[in-house]
Amino acid sequence: MARTVSVEVVYRGIFQKTLAKNICRGIVLAARKEGKIGIAFGRYGDSPERNGIPAKNFAIVAPNEEELQLSMAQYEPESTDVTINVDDMMCKGVESWAWYGLQPINQKVRENGTLIVTSTLPAEELIKFCHTKPHPYRLAVIPAIPSFSGLWVYKDDHTDVRILGALPKVCPELTSLDSILAAIEDEWKDDLKVRSARRAHEQTTTQTVKPGEGNPEVPYTFDMPGWTTMREGVTIDAIRLGEPIKFGDQIGGYRPARNPYFKKFSTRTMRPVIDFDKCIKCTLCWLQCPDSCFDVTPDQTYDLNAEACCGCGVCEAVCPVDNCVTMVNEAAFTDNQSQWEAYKKDKVAYKAWVEAKIKERPERSHGFRYRGQYQEQVAKMGVAATAENLDADPGGQEEMGVGAGGGEE
Amino acid sequence: MDADAATAVRVAAAEQEALISGSEAVAVATKLADVDVLTAYPIRPYDTLMQYVAKQIANGEQDAEYIVAESEHSQFEIAKHAEAVGARSMCGSSGVGWCYAFEAIAVTPALRLPLVAMVGNRALDDPGAFGTEHNDALAARDLGWMHVWVDTAQEALDTTLIAYRVAEDRRVFLPCAISTDGAFLTHSQTLVKVPPKVWVDEFLPPYNRGDLVFHPDNPITIAPQVNEDWLMEIRRQTDQAMRNARIVIEEAYQNFRRIFGRGGGNPFFEEYHTDDAEIVLLGMGTLSMPVKVVIRKLREQGHKVGFVRVRWFRPFDYERLGPLLARFAAVGVIDRDFSMGSPFNSGVLANEIRSVLYAQDKRPPVVSFIAGLGGREVTIPAVKEMIEQTRKAAETGKAPLDTQWIGVRA
Repeated sequence: MARTVSVEVVYRGIFQKTLAKNICRGIVLAARKEGKIGIAFGRYGDSPERNGIPAKNFAIVAPNEEELQLSMAQYEPESTDVTINVDDMMCKGVESWAWYGLQPINQKVRENGTLIVTSTLPAEELIKFCHTKPHPYRLAVIPAIPSFSGLWVYKDDHTDVRILGALPKVCPELTSLDSILAAIEDEWKDDLKVRSARRAHEQTTTQTVKPGEGNPEVPYTFDMPGWTTMREGVTIDAIRLGEPIKFGDQIGGYRPARNPYFKKFSTRTMRPVIDFDKCIKCTLCWLQCPDSCFDVTPDQTYDLNAEACCGCGVCEAVCPVDNCVTMVNEAAFTDNQSQWEAYKKDKVAYKAWVEAKIKERPERSHGFRYRGQYQEQVAKMGVAATAENLDADPGGQEEMGVGAGGGEE
Repeated sequence: MDADAATAVRVAAAEQEALISGSEAVAVATKLADVDVLTAYPIRPYDTLMQYVAKQIANGEQDAEYIVAESEHSQFEIAKHAEAVGARSMCGSSGVGWCYAFEAIAVTPALRLPLVAMVGNRALDDPGAFGTEHNDALAARDLGWMHVWVDTAQEALDTTLIAYRVAEDRRVFLPCAISTDGAFLTHSQTLVKVPPKVWVDEFLPPYNRGDLVFHPDNPITIAPQVNEDWLMEIRRQTDQAMRNARIVIEEAYQNFRRIFGRGGGNPFFEEYHTDDAEIVLLGMGTLSMPVKVVIRKLREQGHKVGFVRVRWFRPFDYERLGPLLARFAAVGVIDRDFSMGSPFNSGVLANEIRSVLYAQDKRPPVVSFIAGLGGREVTIPAVKEMIEQTRKAAETGKAPLDTQWIGVRA
């Protein structure tokens, strides 16, 4: 290898932090087997202690120390040879911090670089979520649900080694499969993990994404002011009061003002779908939502502001009416449009839409609804080694997050 | 009251003499300046300020919120927050008490809170020592606090009023620490002219925080997490505020002179017999007293010696101090502080002066002295010794590079 290779892991705060670290360490240790030198680090500005927030980890491998210096003392590389997305819903873009804007998942992927996604969705569907690039790149899919391995208690589901096993297939310049397997053997001393890596290497499929293919939307960005134009005293405008909602000739209700520089929806993996006909106007979802993401409609029902929703599922949990608020896999949606407006335009069509969404994609691993759901999903991945490993330790189920938004915080 | 009547009241008012210490003079100034919030936590020698304020309030002379905190950290935090909501505030401390408040002290400048604090300069314990040493205030020298050293109780009173005027100027909005030497200023009473309130009201406009005020009518968030995306811009803003302070200090002293009829000369440093001087000593605080005595004696004997007393240490008036010092054949700098392991093992002030002189075409030798640590008296013989060493440097054109410890037992 004559050049530096950069790998990025985009992961979700808390429960994938150790996973991301393991992948990046594995890369550097494998490259070391071939005499190369590398660095593994997390993006320092991230705050991965927040449940579900998108965050980044990097591994950079260089032929020698002098080459590596070019990539050191930086928060992130300018471009990547491989970007690994360990939660397919982040294909819609990530927003890790206020003022960052919505960053496309493939933002850093260089021409003919690779985006690896762990997903059970077909590649065509993932490409639709990803923002377009002006140059071709490759998409590799590792069949898997998003790992919920955890932080303090690392519930090993082999996602780390499965991704490591796939890497030599999409980027042979980085390291050989033999080096990856040797590094896994050294690091974990577990033959089962070596087998998982080898199997993932075989399972991984790759296809080329053409220029302009994908989501054509231009992601929102913000320009940061300079010292002469910034307000002094480290002060910023607080969130102002909200305003009534207008729809047709109806005016009323209340839409709270929200932070325009941090929308937060990229944290979400599920979103509530609301059956307005069933709503008894009890106010509980509106009161309990930790992100104030409900607007009070002129009908005195509660409409989701999908730009502000983190998908925690509290609204579903507190709603006293059966099937009035239902959390649905984010994969079922392509925009953040108002559900209430759709309902007002055509109630019959809306009802059909709600039922279809619930039926189509009822489940998602981030935010389990019942104990053991994750194990069931892992088993469905059809990965013998992984399922075998989890089955061997049924007590571990206790440590998996249970309930909406479960995880370690 | 129309303008003429107001002028008549002002002219008719007169100063009154009071026998008070430097800290008590600061306390009187807080009364005259209508300070809204005073926060306190006892440590000697600063506590003389809080005691006198308590007395003024108890006697019904002063109307203010007086909050005794459970530590210096809280004391400075409370005063900081009071400033954020637009309340003129005063706090202060000494030695390690000031250090204990350091977290609050460090963040006050970036938040642009014009808090005024009195530092009763005290050695940093351990070992226990009540006496003056400037390392407490100087520990915060680089953070965006304005720092001023006074040498009389009168100057302590006047400077407190000036400090509010400068700090609360919209172009500045930076905190200001007024350093008063422990014991010599804080614990000895001298006659001080206390100006009438009408004069102070004319000099000092109310504190107007404008669009930065933390109030329900002006909803703002203060100090969010910013990381590397913003911090450099924020530092540059603080830097600009400190640059602006140089202009605002000049303006404030001009106005002070107009209304109070005293405080002439350069606000940033006092020159004593410098016009025809061949060599000068330079220092801060009350060591000016024995130095001035010796200079007068030596002048009687025909020696052309002078003294420069630095008042404003931040902002530092390098633009005028450099050309002034370049005129002399040698400069002896007396530090009542230390900077262990610094270039030439000097105190803080000596290396500031060396730095200022570097920009000059003619650079006189700088003799660096460390004297009077822990409140040890700077005696007449000690001053004579420093002048003698400075004179030798002038003669040879060379100074010993290493700093000279004066009055230390071998």
